[in-house]
Amino acid sequence: MADLVLTTSVLEETKTQIENTLIKAGVNTVLLIDEAGNVVTVCGDKTCNLDTTSLAALAAANFGATSQIAKLIGEDDFLLLFHKGKKDSIHFARINTDLILVTIFGDNVSLGLLRLRVAQLVKTIEKAFGHK
Amino acid sequence: MALINLSKREIHCKIVYYGPGRCGKTTNLLYIYNAMNSRARSKMLTIETKGDRTLFFDLLPLNLGKINGFDVRIQLYTVPGQTTYKATRKLVLKGVDGLVFVADYLKVRHEKNIESLQDLHRNLLEHNLTLEEIPIILQFNKYDLVSTPIPTLTKEELETNLNRELKTKIFEAAATKGTGVFETLKEISKRTIHYVATKHLLTGH
Ligand SMILES: Nc1nc2c(ncn2[C@@H]2O[C@H](COP(=O)(O)OP(=O)(O)OP(=O)(O)O)[C@@H](O)[C@H]2O)c(=O)[nH]1
Ligand SMILES: [Mg+2]
Repeated sequence: MADLVLTTSVLEETKTQIENTLIKAGVNTVLLIDEAGNVVTVCGDKTCNLDTTSLAALAAANFGATSQIAKLIGEDDFLLLFHKGKKDSIHFARINTDLILVTIFGDNVSLGLLRLRVAQLVKTIEKAFGHK
Repeated sequence: MALINLSKREIHCKIVYYGPGRCGKTTNLLYIYNAMNSRARSKMLTIETKGDRTLFFDLLPLNLGKINGFDVRIQLYTVPGQTTYKATRKLVLKGVDGLVFVADYLKVRHEKNIESLQDLHRNLLEHNLTLEEIPIILQFNKYDLVSTPIPTLTKEELETNLNRELKTKIFEAAATKGTGVFETLKEISKRTIHYVATKHLLTGH
């Protein structure tokens, strides 16, 4: 697993894309993390009370554990990784081999729309990181 | 995998405390957490089973201040030492940049120390890593028990069993009292940052 070197331009571009695709669609918070559990960037309005460090560590561990569970039952990976809460829900998506996009959203956003937007975003972020 | 943010001038590294069950990994982190100024450390996250055994990992994020103009953030992790949690240990090792192997001075843990080091070798290999590459140091913990009637190993025995191939620096520690804890942390931080920095910053970026 190679180290991740983030330049200002890649980071800015990624943030803009996250804002445009997800935050403007009503999503509360988006975390881009790496598989080691480091925070790459955080977007959204309600992030000041959020313990993003712990969230990133747990999300990466949870993501890794779920992939292993998939393999144990003979799947490559699960296609949908999503936890639904009473108010807020959380969705995970893999980007390239070592980034994970974590989206936290309320019931004002439908899962269908979210999945569509995340799928678009995954492609653009893959491109941005590919060109660094 | 280290994360180097050129925009914020931050370096994030991951250091993992590895070792057999009950050797004192969580105790190391707890001591650091309690002794450090709250500006230099964040909340400690621990996932425990009933009682005090680690189920998944502990995490303690530290801010080591500026080094070469970069803000250095270190995440200390512990693995669950119990044999059954092998898969979990492998997950925690993902992206590791530096290692502390904590061994137990207790005589009854002789085999467990050796098994755990072998388990570390195997798990690293599964991530395509080796101990020739990743910085590692040894901590011989529970040194305080040597002077009690409880049967313990000798330093020589521990060295022969664990450091014959590694040939790395050793710290004796009594983590419950904090002896050797910061010495261990300082040395592994230094080596880890050096390792990450020479890989990147001093080579062109
Ligand atoms: N006497 C003595 N006891 C210690 C020392 N360090 C840890 N202990 C005790 O050993 C026990 C296990 O310590 P932990 O830190 O929970 O061990 P661990 O390595 O995290 O164990 P797992 O989570 O199961 O992998 C606790 O009861 C500690 O108080 C030490 O330096 N001396
Ligand atoms: Mg523990």
